[in-house]
Amino acid sequence: MPLHFRALPAVVLLALSATGCASAGGRASPAAPVGIAAMKHTPADAQFMSGMIHHHAQAVLIAKWAPTHGAGADLQRFAERVVVAQADEIVTMQSWLRDKGEPVPDATPGPMRMKMAGIEHDMLMPGMLTEADLKQLDAARGVAFDTLFLTFMIRHHEGALDMVETLFAAAGAGQDETVFRFASDVFADQTTEIRVMQQMLDARHAKR
Amino acid sequence: MSLASRSPRRVLRAAALLALTAGCARNTQTPPNAAPVRDQRVGLKAGLRDAGEAISNLGMMSTTMSPPGFAGVTNSDLAFSGKYAIQGNYNGFMIWDISNPSRPSLVKSYLCPASQSDVSVYKNLMFVSAEGLTGRTDCGTQGVQDSVSTVRVRGIRVFDITDMTNPKYVGNVQTCRGSHTHTVVEDPKDRENVYVYISGSAGVRSPTELPGCANSNPDNDPSSSLFRIEVIQVPLARPQDAKVINTARIFEGLTGVTRHADPVDSAAAARAAARPDGGAAPARPARAGANMRGGGPTQCHDITVYPAVGLAGGACGGYGLLLDISDVKNPVRIDAAADSNFAFWHSATFNNDGTKILFSDEWGGGTQPRCRATDKPEWGADAIFTIENRKLKFHSYYKIPAPQTALENCVAHNGSLIPIPGRDVMVQGWYQGGISVFDWSNPAKPFEMAYHDRGPVDGTKAVSGGSWSVYWYNGAIVSSEIARGLDVFELKPSEFISQNEIDAAKTVHFSELNAQGQPKMVWPPSFALARAYVDQLERSKCMSADRIASVRSTLSATEKGNSASRQTTLNALSTQLAGEAASSCDADRMRKLADAVKNLSVTS
Repeated sequence: MPLHFRALPAVVLLALSATGCASAGGRASPAAPVGIAAMKHTPADAQFMSGMIHHHAQAVLIAKWAPTHGAGADLQRFAERVVVAQADEIVTMQSWLRDKGEPVPDATPGPMRMKMAGIEHDMLMPGMLTEADLKQLDAARGVAFDTLFLTFMIRHHEGALDMVETLFAAAGAGQDETVFRFASDVFADQTTEIRVMQQMLDARHAKR
Repeated sequence: MSLASRSPRRVLRAAALLALTAGCARNTQTPPNAAPVRDQRVGLKAGLRDAGEAISNLGMMSTTMSPPGFAGVTNSDLAFSGKYAIQGNYNGFMIWDISNPSRPSLVKSYLCPASQSDVSVYKNLMFVSAEGLTGRTDCGTQGVQDSVSTVRVRGIRVFDITDMTNPKYVGNVQTCRGSHTHTVVEDPKDRENVYVYISGSAGVRSPTELPGCANSNPDNDPSSSLFRIEVIQVPLARPQDAKVINTARIFEGLTGVTRHADPVDSAAAARAAARPDGGAAPARPARAGANMRGGGPTQCHDITVYPAVGLAGGACGGYGLLLDISDVKNPVRIDAAADSNFAFWHSATFNNDGTKILFSDEWGGGTQPRCRATDKPEWGADAIFTIENRKLKFHSYYKIPAPQTALENCVAHNGSLIPIPGRDVMVQGWYQGGISVFDWSNPAKPFEMAYHDRGPVDGTKAVSGGSWSVYWYNGAIVSSEIARGLDVFELKPSEFISQNEIDAAKTVHFSELNAQGQPKMVWPPSFALARAYVDQLERSKCMSADRIASVRSTLSATEKGNSASRQTTLNALSTQLAGEAASSCDADRMRKLADAVKNLSVTS
């Protein structure tokens, strides 16, 4: 097909002023936030988002090992999806915390620094791998890596589900639209992924 | 497997392109000599009201911001009744009169917060999904702070919309997991009730908030709220008495479904399946709730019913399900598909013949950017299946071909068929990937025909926006834009589609439409219909140029001629065409043309 460069100016640019935009129901002036737009977040919401950043960061860390640790093809595909999905979700959580004026943790794959009764201490989120777990997994290769990865990651995902359930059990939590939707998505996605991981694990056990 | 979005033909397309900054109701004009350039959707300027736009083979008829109280809050799904489009919003719903698509007018905005406020209609009734924790029985805007509360609504709100300017809140049906989406289905054998299938995968409510809810393993507790869909019966005479009448366990025995695109180790799979537990046993110590978490989908996200063929497509967690709904109250699973390229099966659309089904994968729940250049074309896409002997057979994926930025949430989402006769054409929303019109007549090679896209809502951070859903309704393409309101488009003729095909599509009229309840499209006799088939035979080169010219000339003459000679001529033409069908390379379409011509003679 020939290129007609002279036709390029046919890309028309129209600049319309927004003030000319009388629509049937709306006025241009922004109204005060109402309903869902006005919901306040709670400390439980902020703690969930902060804790989940570290939780996700660890999932990304170990999922990135799949190609270098001789994981099976199906597990490598799965792990690649985990890396993409959870790295993006970390951005979502950090962005939400920033918008709400809350401290924004770096995506470090370790414990979360928490303040309880005025004393700061480090705490691993539910289902996260300990240093010893990480060492064991990092040393494994091939089917041994797969089995260990799946076992740890199922536990890791179940920890995420626990975090969602803890969030929704807290008074006033999840009223914020982003938090509700995000936490619900984590619940649905990771429930589905646990199923997928179990199938992969079953297939490996059956081989023995 | 064909990855449609990799087709260079469609990336380098001589499409008519128009880049516009956002305005309101406007007329657009297609430039006569657009050149093949890189996809115009790439690099669009960001902005809520003044984003850069790219449009191809569509005309934008209007874009209308949501009214105060709704603007800035997520717009969700659409339903249609008569001349009205009803648009859900996390703060309630809006009713638009779209009889003038260039200037939709707001008839009613109803403040009654609930996410995600997906809407459906049935005659004088409207149903609204409530899933989030903020919905209240009194429509209050203050949310529900208590984790257990009797004022919370999670389930279905029922409205009487006899008077569109004054909808009446009739009642609620509370369900254990709330309603993320729902599906209205009519039982032809039952004129006194209408039915609603509830979908939703949020957490189970406390039995203190809603008695009978149980977050338990159904193996031990038959009353578990998991692994089931609720079937609600709505008495038409007393909609306030709507209630759950069945909890169909359509997920039972969902083991051993081979996932498409997985490396298959059939020997291992067979060994696993041969185990007494069917290979589904958890390979770790049991703990509270553990089995149900790994035991498959505990709910559907969305169910699309197609009553005309007695089937439904359930998009349920990691599975796409084919359901038999001939007994509306008792949907039964007849097949299931899984796919390791699919994260979360979101929704389903049948083709009009009921021989194909398209499932979409809403990977990331619609809040994540899944259309970047680095995101694989088979991830967060549509999967196209044929239905053969009531089994699902995979053919290909479809994803919009233009990469989007990391600031734009983008993944396959809601759409509907466009009634182009003889073809399977669909329009679909891709959030901030915009809307895409594509042909999936050949299930192995879907291709894009038209699109509209805007730049990101915000140029500095990811802010949710884009087309939540877009549906063809009686000639207009109506899109619910999450952040920007209501967009209305018209389809324009192009190298992919003729004016006759569009005119024929416009002859199909519905009195109401819920995309989750697919109506059978039937084309009334029209010259446009016959000409549409002729245009398609010209495109497929299955009719000679001479024959095409003579058929067109006969159609034109008869359209102008008097009715007596018209009938005779059309009958004769129909008979000839039917006779020629056998030797045509597109026999089926020739027969459709012959029928269309015959029907013209009957009605003229």
